[in-house]
Amino acid sequence: MKKIRVLVAKPGLDGHDRGAKIVARALRDAGMEVVYTGLHQTADQIVNTAIQEDVDVVGLSLLSGAHMTLFIDVAVLLKEKKMDDVLIVGGGIIPEEDVPALRKAGIAEVFGPGTPVDDIVRYIKKNVKR
Amino acid sequence: MDEKETISQIHQKQREWEKQRYSKAIQENPERKQKFKNLSEMEIKNIYTPEDIKDLKYLKDIGFPGEYPFLRGVHPNLYRGRLWTMRQFAGFGSAEETNKRYHYLLEHGETGLSVAFDYPTLYGYDTDHPLARGEFGKCGVAISSLVDMELLFHGIPLDKITTSMTINGPAAIIWAMYIANAENQGISKEKIGGTIQNDILKEYIAQKSYIFPPEPSMRLIVDTFEYGYKNVPKWNTISISGYHIREAGSTAVQELAFTLGDGIEYVKAAMNRGLMIDDFAPRLSFFFNAHNDFFEEIAKYRAARRIWAKEMKGLGAKKPRSLWMRFHTQTAGCTLTAQQPEINIVRVTMQALAAVLGGTQSLHTNSMDEALALPSEKAVRIALRTQQIIAEESGVTSTVDPLGGAYYVEWLTEKMEEETYKYFDKVQRLGGVIPAIEKGFFQREIAESAYRYQKETDENQRIIVGVNRYTLDEKPSIPILKMDEKGEERQIHRLQKLRKDRDNPKVQRHLQQLRKAATGDENLMPFILDCIHSYATLGETCDVLREVFGEYKEQAIY
Repeated sequence: MKKIRVLVAKPGLDGHDRGAKIVARALRDAGMEVVYTGLHQTADQIVNTAIQEDVDVVGLSLLSGAHMTLFIDVAVLLKEKKMDDVLIVGGGIIPEEDVPALRKAGIAEVFGPGTPVDDIVRYIKKNVKR
Repeated sequence: MDEKETISQIHQKQREWEKQRYSKAIQENPERKQKFKNLSEMEIKNIYTPEDIKDLKYLKDIGFPGEYPFLRGVHPNLYRGRLWTMRQFAGFGSAEETNKRYHYLLEHGETGLSVAFDYPTLYGYDTDHPLARGEFGKCGVAISSLVDMELLFHGIPLDKITTSMTINGPAAIIWAMYIANAENQGISKEKIGGTIQNDILKEYIAQKSYIFPPEPSMRLIVDTFEYGYKNVPKWNTISISGYHIREAGSTAVQELAFTLGDGIEYVKAAMNRGLMIDDFAPRLSFFFNAHNDFFEEIAKYRAARRIWAKEMKGLGAKKPRSLWMRFHTQTAGCTLTAQQPEINIVRVTMQALAAVLGGTQSLHTNSMDEALALPSEKAVRIALRTQQIIAEESGVTSTVDPLGGAYYVEWLTEKMEEETYKYFDKVQRLGGVIPAIEKGFFQREIAESAYRYQKETDENQRIIVGVNRYTLDEKPSIPILKMDEKGEERQIHRLQKLRKDRDNPKVQRHLQQLRKAATGDENLMPFILDCIHSYATLGETCDVLREVFGEYKEQAIY
């Protein structure tokens, strides 16, 4: 079976990378192929990497509070580039009340602080579309 | 500590106790875990006795507060004289909004200010820069020019209140804004007090808000050291920080070792430039995390004081003040849970108590809602009240270093020190702090510890109340801070107006002079101050330095 390919990305200026790195490693340990963008990525850079690496999943991590702009930028751009079948998930410090708008924009699931990494692995395995 | 004979008697007696009493007790009540470990993976024994600290000499290794090796504190009478400074880290939205929060905090008994800047400011971009998109005022206050700085401190007496500013890459520029603002109010540089974080090494290691490569960054830092002791004598020109290293997932030992290692690196850099250690060392300060393991944290602060005093003495410092490891503490943000947020108040209380028992000079207590968003007014007031209760009600402030001499605490302090020196050796073998950063050593060490902590939590070996035990099904329902939606628009308008109204030829002249100086080896502080006084923006001033110095890029490892 083809391995699930995941891009773990840090959009914007946020430097909190503890969560992104832990998730990247946990997904790899769960048998997925993981590309980690590193810090300070624009939406363009993230989407270009997603296309080049032909990923099935884009995982976005933000703890700065800029998710309503930056997560949505990435989702919009992926759609524009006809990457609609890529599963987009997000994580970080995301207030519950922002989640419905993120879902509507195409971020399928949001994982908050305290989420066991296995929950993320299970979710991706179950919901990956490609 | 005791006579040899007594130690052997204790040893003998303990073996009997283990055999006759302890072994029976654990048959009745088997131990809850196979091994008891602290967060640095040290195995903790069932009991500590004088035997565990038999090699310690009281006068040499422990001593008195205010005297070498300063294990028990840098001040002889500590909180019996003056309580720690209650300094809540705060900043969001525009300068006006944050100014209101500062007045609110001061009205409720806060005794010092601490500025959180937003991401664009931390990276030296003005609010209207394309990379600032979505970030305005989110993680702190947006400060793009001296005009914003004036609004931020409106109505606050800069000669009476001290201010700590968490700023690193552009620290020299933001500090220049603070100085210029004071000067414009007629308050001279000698009268203002406070701290700039200005610790770039831990940015490369953990917090990641760097701008320039290591070499020019170190130059700027030494520039601030030199300018500071000559012109702004009450200012702490650096706050060498373990906080962010810990938040990124390190253990307590790693936090201690990497932070003090960074500190020594700064001292050496300044000495290499020809600065005299006793001129600048008294203005070095530190910043540590207060995490969950109570005694481990206390031991960490105590060990830090002793190690620093020894190292500074070794580097030739003579003034007692040069040997002082003075520090700020913040409770651990990464331990806050989004689940059942109210119980964070209890976590914060324990962490804050550890910091006080460790002899902190100033303290920030986190608010209960910070795993969800920036703190609301009520949440931050409760966090401040937590400090006030420890200070006024608990009685722990009545004596200096109340845990000094406790077998467990002294043993653990010693152990933290021992482990720190092992890390010093490792870093030495890699060629020093900067080569170790370039090789990704610290970053990997921290990522490993972070991953292990997460695994242990996921596998229920580590219990987090409300997360993997004692959970509730209900969603958290506490009010979240709402920011003024017009703030960004107002800020951009202000910035554009400033760029139009100021004396632009003068701005260009000063920026040009800074560019020229940056290519040479003069101290850049006076040039930066000229730029700021003429209302050059943060972004413009940083861009000049970016042109000359280049930008740092890290390799992404996980």
